Amino acid sequence: MRTKRSVVGWMSAAIAALAVAGATGMVSAQDTIKVGHYGSMTGKEATFGQSTDNGIKLAVEEFNAAGGFNGRKVEVITYDTKGESSEAGKAVTRLVTSDKVIAVLGEVASTLSLAGGAVCQEKGVPMISPSSTNPAVTRGRDYVFRVCFIDPFQGLVVAKFAHENLKAKKVAVLYDQAQTYSKGLRDEFKKHFTAMGGTISGDEAYSSGDQDFSAQLGKIRSGAPDAIFVPGYYTEAGNIALQARKLGIKVPLLGGDGWDSEQLAKIGGEAIEGCYYSNHYAPDQKGELVEAFVKKYQSKFGATPDGLAALGYDAANILFDAMKRSKSLGGKDLRDAIAATKDFKAVTGTITLDKNRDAQKSAVVVEMKGGKPVYAATVEPTKK
Amino acid sequence: MNEPGRPESPGEGADSHETRHGGRPARVFTGPGVPDPGLFSRVAPLLPHLVASARYHLPPVLELFLQTLLNGLAVGSLYALIALGYTMVYGILKFINFAHSDVFVLGAWVSYEVTRIAGWGGPDHPAPWWAGILVLIIAMFTCAIVGFTIERGAYKPLRRAPRLNVLITAIGVSLLLQNLGQLDFIFGTRPQGMPTLLPDRVLAEIGGHPAVVGPDGVVIANEVAPVLVRLVDVVGSATALLLMFVLDRLVFKTKMGRAMRAVSYNPGTAALMGIPVDRIISITFVIGATLAAAAGFLYSQKYSGLNQPAAPVWVLLGLKAFVAAVVGGIGNIRGAMLGGILIGLLEFFGATYIGPELKDVYVFGLLILVLLFRPGGILGSAAVEKV
Repeated sequence: MRTKRSVVGWMSAAIAALAVAGATGMVSAQDTIKVGHYGSMTGKEATFGQSTDNGIKLAVEEFNAAGGFNGRKVEVITYDTKGESSEAGKAVTRLVTSDKVIAVLGEVASTLSLAGGAVCQEKGVPMISPSSTNPAVTRGRDYVFRVCFIDPFQGLVVAKFAHENLKAKKVAVLYDQAQTYSKGLRDEFKKHFTAMGGTISGDEAYSSGDQDFSAQLGKIRSGAPDAIFVPGYYTEAGNIALQARKLGIKVPLLGGDGWDSEQLAKIGGEAIEGCYYSNHYAPDQKGELVEAFVKKYQSKFGATPDGLAALGYDAANILFDAMKRSKSLGGKDLRDAIAATKDFKAVTGTITLDKNRDAQKSAVVVEMKGGKPVYAATVEPTKK
Repeated sequence: MNEPGRPESPGEGADSHETRHGGRPARVFTGPGVPDPGLFSRVAPLLPHLVASARYHLPPVLELFLQTLLNGLAVGSLYALIALGYTMVYGILKFINFAHSDVFVLGAWVSYEVTRIAGWGGPDHPAPWWAGILVLIIAMFTCAIVGFTIERGAYKPLRRAPRLNVLITAIGVSLLLQNLGQLDFIFGTRPQGMPTLLPDRVLAEIGGHPAVVGPDGVVIANEVAPVLVRLVDVVGSATALLLMFVLDRLVFKTKMGRAMRAVSYNPGTAALMGIPVDRIISITFVIGATLAAAAGFLYSQKYSGLNQPAAPVWVLLGLKAFVAAVVGGIGNIRGAMLGGILIGLLEFFGATYIGPELKDVYVFGLLILVLLFRPGGILGSAAVEKV
């Protein structure tokens, strides 16, 4: 009996502590403008959420230091999605209904942005995804925007790079069947690469969180490709590179922006050297905005910003720009102002939001060299 | 990381392999690897036939079969090691220790942390030959302490409580370990790369064919990489099998093993016979945790990219090991070993010959079949529930 009572005591103490913490949080945040961010702060894609959050925080700090919005400061409320769609829906609902944010930033993974976007659309709160590249994210949802390019373009970029720069004729694909993003990239890559006269020598699938890829790589091996396209996320990409090299496969691996994390080199080590991926920007790229951003980010967080940090920064800045132009901070006015974004000079390129609420901009391809992504090529969007 | 056990000397490993294949204009990649071939260079003279990274030719059908078999056995032996912990605890306490898979994760991550702190890995800091053994011992020791603490702190106070309470507590302990592991000052939320500490090199190359280059230097057919038999996989599986053998002897040939079996058979009677039941239970937990730690270390050697401590992949691995214990007959130690290897083989053969998309389906499908047709497991006996 004694044990039982002490457990109850502990629990009530914990609940009381939580309540106090919650109450103090509410008091301090009254006269600020609240902006929500939902991202994978923990979980398998933790670096995505953390980088994005750092980028957003940097933008907010600058905005507040420059006087904020008519003297009112902006406050970011970040909720963790753990990289799970069910958590994304919950986080956005909480941001919109209980925290009453004026706009939502996030997510990185397309599958999660689809879940969060549904809530924003229903509640009429604008959402800007920094880096969800699947086309479906903004389709039919006039409150959902993005500041990155979309998968069809990214698939084209990698196909073009493989064909023109690597002179590859046969490419095998190993994609994540559990991620909308990965499937989208694979489809677009296959379409464009075969249209350029290339062959797909293998098409294998895995599921997020798999640790063993030997069966798939074994089949790819016998197809003898010139390169392997792995449109997944960095954890799996690093593991796939390691296992491919262990199996004796020496050709370069190609990827999309899902590879963009400093952990890629930490996991993949030597195995990932000489592999390429398409990205939103390269930290060693020339340009005033990029250089200034990299410098500020490094001094604040002590790390080189990845593409996701840059996009988080851009997404927040586009929102602030729209706030200044908007008639009010109400959902509809703000939405209209964001939609009118044109030729906005951002770190990841000059952004114009098109009628599908997608950003029209260029992509870069980077190569892994000495454990760091190094600028290799720029691919411009094709004018239709 | 450098190429495992492949110094720059010609006639060994990647270099010779590259020249033999020759002609391919692509860049040369070096694989992941072991810092130092120290241990190997001592053992090498004993393996005269394997040293030269012998090349065998087999029909492609057999190549694929062999590769699958090796992978299945390697992963199966790890499942077996983890399954032993589930089955031993079930045998004695009749509950499923859901925190067991987290002890396995702890083993893998402690191995990583020790290696990181020691600064091993990378071409500049090769690990000494004893690094693997030391890391393994530290991981086992840490997990033994954690296993003991879990048992004393969370399960022992509930010894007389209904079994459901203990089960729910186990889930709680599992969540606690997962989330503690994610704290920045423990393991953090980022996946990491684990350097290979076990001796590694290519023991044999099977099949494959070099690139075919036409007279004008144009590649007609690309190289097909051969199947590689690596020392690290062999050492990993051998260590797992050795530990299982030791456990088997321990349980069936020693006085303590007899005590464990007695407690499993009937704790009340065992206590009347003068067996210190609580101590035996603690020992069981410690042994289970130690084996899980070993599995964690060996896993980190096979799959160098360590997922973060709460990643779903760990939960799934733990579940598969649990399935292995059930398939073999829960509570039966030899059943757990058999089940583990069976599950590993099933998973890899299914993935290769049917399709990797449904990898998990084969494992859990087998569980359903076993539960339908032989509920006690392959080596277990269907227990009659006493009313």
